[in-house]
Amino acid sequence: MAALSLAASSAIRRRLLLPPRLQAARAMATSLFGHIEPAPKDPILGVTEAFLADPSPDKVNVGVVRAALLSSPLLSSPLFFSPAIAAGAYRDDNGQPVVLDCVREAERRIAGNLNMEYLPMGGSMKMIEESLKLAYGEDSEFIKDKRIAAVQALSGTGACRLFADFQKRFLPDSQIYIPSPTWSNHHNIWRDANVPQKIFTYYHPESRGLDFAGLMNDIKNAPDGSFFLLHACAHNPTGVDPTEEQWREISHQFKVKKHFPFFDMAYQGFASGDPERDAKAIRIFLEDGHQIGCAQSYAKNMGLYGQRAGCLSILCEDEMQAVAVKSQLQQIARPMYSNPPVHGALVVSIILNDPELKSLWLKEVKGMADRIIGVRTALKENLEKLGSPLSWEHITNQIGMFCYSGMTPEQVDRLTNEYHIYMTRNGRISMAGVTTGNVAYLANAIHDVTKPN
Amino acid sequence: MASAAFAVSSPAASAVAARSKARPAYSPPPQLLPILPPGLNISCVTAWWFVDARRCLGEEGARGGRDAAWGSRGRLANYAKNFGRVMMALAVDVSRFEGVPMAPPDPILGVSEAFKADTNDLKLNLGVGAYRTEELQPYVLNVVKKAEKLMLERGENKEYLPIEGLAAFNKATAELLFGADNPVIKQGLVATLQALSGTGSLRLAAAFIQRYFPEAKVIISSPTWGNHKNIFNDARVPWSEYRYYDPKTVGLDFEGMIADIEAAPEGSFVLLHGCAHNPTGIDPTPEQWEKIADVIQEKKHMPFFDVAYQGFASGSLDEDAFSVRLFVKRGMEVFVAQSYSKNLGLYAERIGAINVVCSAPEVADRVKSQLKRLARPMYSNPPIHGAKIVANVVGDPTMFGEWKQEMEQMAGRIKNVRQKLYDSLSAKDKSGKDWSFILRQIGMFSYTGLNKTQSDNMTDKWHVYMTKDGRISLAGLSLAKCDYLADAIIDSFHNVN
Repeated sequence: MAALSLAASSAIRRRLLLPPRLQAARAMATSLFGHIEPAPKDPILGVTEAFLADPSPDKVNVGVVRAALLSSPLLSSPLFFSPAIAAGAYRDDNGQPVVLDCVREAERRIAGNLNMEYLPMGGSMKMIEESLKLAYGEDSEFIKDKRIAAVQALSGTGACRLFADFQKRFLPDSQIYIPSPTWSNHHNIWRDANVPQKIFTYYHPESRGLDFAGLMNDIKNAPDGSFFLLHACAHNPTGVDPTEEQWREISHQFKVKKHFPFFDMAYQGFASGDPERDAKAIRIFLEDGHQIGCAQSYAKNMGLYGQRAGCLSILCEDEMQAVAVKSQLQQIARPMYSNPPVHGALVVSIILNDPELKSLWLKEVKGMADRIIGVRTALKENLEKLGSPLSWEHITNQIGMFCYSGMTPEQVDRLTNEYHIYMTRNGRISMAGVTTGNVAYLANAIHDVTKPN
Repeated sequence: MASAAFAVSSPAASAVAARSKARPAYSPPPQLLPILPPGLNISCVTAWWFVDARRCLGEEGARGGRDAAWGSRGRLANYAKNFGRVMMALAVDVSRFEGVPMAPPDPILGVSEAFKADTNDLKLNLGVGAYRTEELQPYVLNVVKKAEKLMLERGENKEYLPIEGLAAFNKATAELLFGADNPVIKQGLVATLQALSGTGSLRLAAAFIQRYFPEAKVIISSPTWGNHKNIFNDARVPWSEYRYYDPKTVGLDFEGMIADIEAAPEGSFVLLHGCAHNPTGIDPTPEQWEKIADVIQEKKHMPFFDVAYQGFASGSLDEDAFSVRLFVKRGMEVFVAQSYSKNLGLYAERIGAINVVCSAPEVADRVKSQLKRLARPMYSNPPIHGAKIVANVVGDPTMFGEWKQEMEQMAGRIKNVRQKLYDSLSAKDKSGKDWSFILRQIGMFSYTGLNKTQSDNMTDKWHVYMTKDGRISLAGLSLAKCDYLADAIIDSFHNVN
């Protein structure tokens, strides 16, 4: 269609105005998509959609907390629950989304300056280098020896998916052991990658803590050389993490059974406030000589959610193997998205490469973690003050963004219908959506639906 | 051509040394000492064990590979009898990734790597399809810089987009593609999902085809963009080719194309390039598009457009959407993948969309819900930055106008370069060969008609980097270099075979 002449262009335009030959066919034709069912709502993101669809006149704008907007007697205290309660996105004490100062500064340096040429298939080398230092340690021998195959990935999801596809392609007889419960998308990822899944015991409902005996049992009973998905810190959705001693025992048992540990680390820095501390489990396994896989995400700890910034790494035998494995990870990425998005990667590498920005980041991430720890304490104390006969220790024992409240789906439904509090039906509360302003209201609502009749 | 992205710097010998360093010290059992040279560690021993497997396990056991070696307890026990229990313990320490081979370098991206390594002053990179200015520099559109500045000033947050992407972007992209007043948009017949540029959009559609049309296959042009095949392979959708490029005319093999589309099993998906065919630059004429639509409708095929160059081919967004709009006007259900990599220069932001035109709004809803279900376990939700840039540019009349101007300039530069190249070739080539196919082709690429050997000559003798199928990226060519390129082409064409 090179260089259309004026006559040709008008001819085309005229043609398009004429009734097309088979236009009537559309009205009568059955769709080729007749057999396609509507998909069920995503259990997490679907909650946000439900919230947005809520026609209640008492509903307030997402995240906005202004007393003036609240007219309903039901919501007499100046607060509202944004969908942050449901999806795991951090909010400040006013219920507002947060962009870290270090991120704003990094973006200032990026805007309008750099070109947008394609990254290599494996992504930004700078971002990868910094990510490995965070996960494996600043002075890690594995980094020095170039033994780690690593690629930039589409946040945690993308990293897990690359690994799952890699597993399918090169270890076709393997399965993945996934903790019960886990982030629901883990199941989707390994299922769509066609890797068979098994569950291993994790959560102990009675104590709202870790079922360590059950966990160790399942590790022992799994066939030698099984693949296990482990949450490095701040388990999602329960917030229940093994202690350091328990991690050491798990690592030892993994050695005995020659299991492969794949760590999903979505909250480094965000759990305890200290990235080194949050990487402790991984470091224990590395000390014990395991070859690990690791998915990292900057969605929460750098607040880069929608930028989809993350990293997948696999510790290999040696440099040659790392090069080969990386090349194969790139082969998987190429027909999925060709190369990863640059913006988030630039932000990450600018922040982590600049000592001032990095220390600002460390401060800010600790601030976020501290706030969460603070509201956990407040929620527990409020419930106790209300005279709840139930034990709420688990709220402060658990760590990270989420709290597994132990509420039943029916109780959650009541919270939604009667109090317009939106959360996932497994009773998971995103503590990030709790503020000093709304914690009393939340405690009251929880007490109301959980108190014995 | 090793890509720098995974260059190997240490030879095998030092890799072995590195292994020894990294692992704890190990003393082999006494019976192995006469066999093992000093300093070797576990991995080397196990590697040796595998090499030795043939002798110990017999041909059959060795041929069975890894699993045969230790899948059968009988064979393993037999081997163990010879070398003791310790060897068994050694064997299971082998890395799980031992069997992972090195992937081949990418045929397109590898060209750029080779170019970088070339020190010759005359070198020219006509490999990858990224736009360059006359000074052969990458180009960030002014309107994009403007949009980014605005976004920075507004200080927007970075919250997760919904799985289907930014609503403002989805609206803008569908309107750009189909025309804002197109009935399919007004009637809500289009399911649109923001996706990771063209690749991501194609992959979502491919995954959808695999899940909901498991018996169907896709037919793709011969030749086509290399990654198309990878996408359908990884999505496990079978594909075959339809004739497209005619080397004799360096033009379209229209009869062959129609015949092959006709011959495909009913309900096949036909992958079409909306405009500026990659790699040939050869597009059907409007009349030919009508006939293509005819045969697709007759055979109840599903048209599947890859639109990576809207606005970039002719300079006009509407003109470049002609083929897609033609099919839609006929009431057909259509898949369309879009990319903003080239036309907005947003390459690395990975911004594009998959659109599915359906026969009814509730069908579009269902299709959209299932596309979301495929996206969620791939990346959860798409990256925000590029989407915001597009939405800002298209949403503001001034910026939209500026974009159209810059796009015309880019397309204009390419057309000028085409003309100059043609002029140089015609002037310099005394053989009387007709080079006018260069003018008939459109878009970033030109299929020169050079074969692999001739393309190699272009690189080896003339330091002109291009893909081995004879494709040159005119986006990487300046007016100043046209004469040199003409010399190279003439030499390769006439003096090499």
